Amino acid sequence: MRDIFTLSLIFSTIRLATPLLLAALGGLYSERAGIINIALEGLMLAGAFTAAAVTHYAGNPWAGLLAGMVAGVLVAAIHAVACIRFKADQVVSGTAINILFLGVPAFLSGALFASSGSTPQIPKEQLLPASTILTVIALFIIISSLVSQTRLRRLHPGAQLAGNALLVGLIFAALYYTRLRPLLEQQVPVVIAFALVPVTWYILYRTAFGLRLRAVGENPEAADAAGVSVRGIRYTAVLLSGALAAIGGAYLSIGQSSLFTRNMTSGRGFIALAALIFGKWRPVQTMLACLLFGFTEAVAIQLQGVHLPSGEEIPNQFIQIIPYVLTIVVLAGFIGQSRAPRALGLPYVKEK
Amino acid sequence: MRGILRELIFPLVAVIAAFIIGGIFVLLIGDNPIQTYRLLIGSALSWPDGIGYTLFYATPLIFTGLAVAVAFRCGLLNIGAEGQLIVAAFAAAWVSIKFGGVVVDVFGTPLNFSWASLPGLILIPLAMLAAILAGGAWGAIPGFLKARFGSHEVINTIMLNFIAVALVSYFTQYYYKVPGDPILESAPIGASAHIARLGRFIPGLPERIPLNVAFILALVACALVYVFLWRTKWGYEIRATGANPLAAEYGGISVRRQIVLAMAVSGALAGMVGINEVLGYRYRYYEGFSPGYGFTGIAVALLGRNHPVGVLLSAILFGVLIRGGIFVDAFTDHVTKDLVQVLQAIVILFVAAEAAFRGPFGRFSLLKRSKV
Amino acid sequence: MLELRNITKRFGEVLANDRVNIKVAGATIHAIVGENGAGKSTAMRIAYGFYTADDGEIVIDGEVRPIQSPHDAIALGVGMVHQHFMLVETMTVAENIVLGAEPGSGVALDLGQAAEQIRALSDEFKLAIDPHATVEHLSVGQQQRIELLKALYRHARLLILDEPTAVLTPQEVEEFFAILRGMRAQGKTIIIITHKLSEVLAISDQVTIMRDGRVVGELQTKNTNAAELARLMVGRDVLLRIEKPDAKTGETVLSVRDLSVTARDGTPRLNGASFEVRAGEIVGVAGVEGNGQTELIEALAGLVAPTHLTGLIQFQGRDITRMDARARKELGIAHIPEDRHRRGLLLDFDLMENSILGVHYRRPAVAHFGNILLDTEAIRRRAHTLIEDFDVRPANPDLPARALSGGNQQKLIIGREFGLRPALLLVSQPTRGVDIGAIEFIHNKLVRLRDEGCAVLLVSAELEEVTALADRLLIVHDGEIVGRVDPKQVTTEEIGLLMTGGHERTPQRGTMN
Repeated sequence: MRDIFTLSLIFSTIRLATPLLLAALGGLYSERAGIINIALEGLMLAGAFTAAAVTHYAGNPWAGLLAGMVAGVLVAAIHAVACIRFKADQVVSGTAINILFLGVPAFLSGALFASSGSTPQIPKEQLLPASTILTVIALFIIISSLVSQTRLRRLHPGAQLAGNALLVGLIFAALYYTRLRPLLEQQVPVVIAFALVPVTWYILYRTAFGLRLRAVGENPEAADAAGVSVRGIRYTAVLLSGALAAIGGAYLSIGQSSLFTRNMTSGRGFIALAALIFGKWRPVQTMLACLLFGFTEAVAIQLQGVHLPSGEEIPNQFIQIIPYVLTIVVLAGFIGQSRAPRALGLPYVKEK
Repeated sequence: MRGILRELIFPLVAVIAAFIIGGIFVLLIGDNPIQTYRLLIGSALSWPDGIGYTLFYATPLIFTGLAVAVAFRCGLLNIGAEGQLIVAAFAAAWVSIKFGGVVVDVFGTPLNFSWASLPGLILIPLAMLAAILAGGAWGAIPGFLKARFGSHEVINTIMLNFIAVALVSYFTQYYYKVPGDPILESAPIGASAHIARLGRFIPGLPERIPLNVAFILALVACALVYVFLWRTKWGYEIRATGANPLAAEYGGISVRRQIVLAMAVSGALAGMVGINEVLGYRYRYYEGFSPGYGFTGIAVALLGRNHPVGVLLSAILFGVLIRGGIFVDAFTDHVTKDLVQVLQAIVILFVAAEAAFRGPFGRFSLLKRSKV
Repeated sequence: MLELRNITKRFGEVLANDRVNIKVAGATIHAIVGENGAGKSTAMRIAYGFYTADDGEIVIDGEVRPIQSPHDAIALGVGMVHQHFMLVETMTVAENIVLGAEPGSGVALDLGQAAEQIRALSDEFKLAIDPHATVEHLSVGQQQRIELLKALYRHARLLILDEPTAVLTPQEVEEFFAILRGMRAQGKTIIIITHKLSEVLAISDQVTIMRDGRVVGELQTKNTNAAELARLMVGRDVLLRIEKPDAKTGETVLSVRDLSVTARDGTPRLNGASFEVRAGEIVGVAGVEGNGQTELIEALAGLVAPTHLTGLIQFQGRDITRMDARARKELGIAHIPEDRHRRGLLLDFDLMENSILGVHYRRPAVAHFGNILLDTEAIRRRAHTLIEDFDVRPANPDLPARALSGGNQQKLIIGREFGLRPALLLVSQPTRGVDIGAIEFIHNKLVRLRDEGCAVLLVSAELEEVTALADRLLIVHDGEIVGRVDPKQVTTEEIGLLMTGGHERTPQRGTMN
């Protein structure tokens, strides 16, 4: 009994951390390039609504996911143009997008589905599927990137590959034949989210694009002087963040549940932002922060219906606020220690 | 005069642009934008119902618009007006229930939630004060968090919105709900706490229209906010902090204190929405009474250039949109009242982008200096 | 090698470059001199593609080249080192150098190989730079050499250096010039923008003089002298000398004992400073910028949190160490901050509102209702007086401070602070970015204030200014006071040596005075 409690806690932690992680990684690209992305909430909503609506019409979650991403990119483009082209205040622009997507889904669902803010139920077989193969591939990416951080990277590439494959095989077997088997059947966005952590790390620290991205976020003038297109990098980063946050949103509507409901992200975009700050704008730490928030939410859900020693049930409202309170506490406690990208929030204006 | 024209031109452009883009939306979902807008504006400006309701809907927006504007003048973005007004509305209801005497429900059964029965002359100011203080306190929390820890007010206010909803819902559900009431709402407040509807004073305006004394309060609040910001030393300090916190510090102004003060004043103004809703309209706390007044307040403030006169005008414009939106919802095939939300977001975007050209938020603004 | 033909550039109303013609020969060092705002940097930024010219053409190696962006310039072998370094401080030297010109395929970034190349270049030109160091841990001189490496790594044949010596001590300048001569010997062409004539004479082969956006002279360095250059630069014979009588010092106004300040991140910025300032004297603080001057002034003005500061500050015998800025102002300490835009002004506020910053809470700025309401009439009168006394133009109190030129903004601040009738004036970079007429005005005002018995602590990055104005001179290096000298008896070389931390003039530091 106890065992099951812990196991399901792990499963739901991963599930609940996923949308946060996707949004936070999206935010990471944008903010490392110097653009505050407080619009994550709105971007998630755009992704969630579009994914659900398109899946409903197309009957295919992949079309829905893709459409959701396109929507995320388009909406992010509004933020990007406002912030980069028009040098709008980034917080204000992000807030406008959040408000826009409190309204747009409701507006459209009223028009399309004659409902006040939700899409029709999507049948279970049309939701984003779980995939063992993709899970294993993601596992492989994670394992090999971990290995590449150790002395083992000096080994011959072939030997490394074989070793990694062996390791993945062992983990696979260990999970497959135990009660942890459900861990191997993750839904696609979960796989994407966690595989993206090492990928993002690699992009950030091991590619020219990542170098430019970081430079643009720290000192855009220096990047400009070195011949880097500050605008180009910033646009790319913000659009990327739109796509990722939208996947996070799509996971909510066509992964975890089976329809879009009004304001279904309930602040996750902001919690993701807090996780990003808590994670000091670094991919791995951000993932850990997301897992912490996911865990808190998982615990909160487990607490529902639990009775206090006095026999009373813990009021639902107190359970609901746990992640929000945690966000405030984390921000208050840790913000002093994390250093934001130096040019964060500042539009780049060429001197004269 | 030319200065005023210059002030007006961009907000006008933003509004027109929002209407055009909104019109495209309307067209896309298969309705006629011109008819939609005609319906919207016509229904909002008819006498007495249209105008009465429009001003009634504008009232909370004047309060939240002022709230956001005061915070903005200090370089802070208060997205928490929504939470602040919820807490405040509950506080006003709580005081008016506790000190409003025994109330009889629809079946004639007396509901005993009350401690005492105070006359309106005392109870009404007390309930108003409760709303102001509760909103102010709830606003001061993110102010304090920013001043003390540097955590961003935008995230904290959003979190506090969720927390406010949950806590108030808890107290309403467990302590102040009339047993058997299927709706999540508090017991009714004592009759002595009701404030007068303006229909009582204005000939031709029927009393069924909920436009009430809170509207007059809102006008007074506009004047007071103007005096506060531009004619008192405290306002000077708040504006100086918003314009350039480093220079303010140099001028011997405690930036931290201004942050807390501005957020508290902002929260108090947002809290006054509770007066309109609880004491002047529903006569109880009703969960979900606010259709996002706090968020709309951002659009109102930005469109109104964070100036009380501008806030008043743009709140009335949004009042038109809300009132008209309800008719549009009912009398068009597809368009819903959410059109209003879309319009207001577009307005914010335009006004925000325009800021680049004139800069209400200076180079050293607190907003820009925060980490998010 | 490089030729600018009829380059014209306009910024709004200002004609920054007016048909500028400059011809630079290969493998030479070419100086471009002129006062602030003469258009030298603009011309060179156009050559580097940072700006595009409104008119005119750029010729490189005999061919007309349209240079639209730094990218184009780099491809043609033009490199530029900016006055403010263009470095990402949190990244390593190698990362900074390859930025924008990354080696390897798009997917994988091969920093190892780049580091080797950088090391080789560093050795070739004797720059002594470790490619793996993080930039923020390096000295200013080292950072400048990274900038050189950046250009060399991109195969620059022509290097444009914008005021390269502004941040260097005299000794570092010598080293730096040796590096430049080495580069010339290897066939590189160097353009150096400066307003220091001694440097022009020391390093260049050829010199172009600019004034008011136009080229006013092009000379062989060996055929000219400082006097001729100065005349061409300014358009008249001038020499900066300040008329001032000997100081009549009174009692000690400010006494500082073992003052240490740490930055927010905990790094020490000022270490155990002790000194005194007496009534009727100007004490100057000289040193390369960023050696603790800012922290010193801000600590004295009450702008450093008490948790970040140790030691004792006494004003007229009173301990004010823990007092906040307002309380200190009340006692009679005025402060003219180093950066008027960052600290000194509310740019969007009008002159009236700016004229009361710091005294806005007390009479005469407020009246009525227990001194809560601002007294607009009194404020207007005060602003008018200030504008008149300090010749602020345009003389319209309703204008926002933003609308004023740098010099007039500075006069506004000075007027406001003088209006406090201070017993102690803390003043930093009083004439930075200020036109010549205003400089003279400000200097005279400072001397007059001193003669009225005010104690003045003056920080300036302009060595000339601080030696001319000060009655006593403190020299700081790396957060410490490393020298106390009489400005009338000391040579620039001596000060330079102290500024580098080369040697200490007073054996027992912190006990003098």
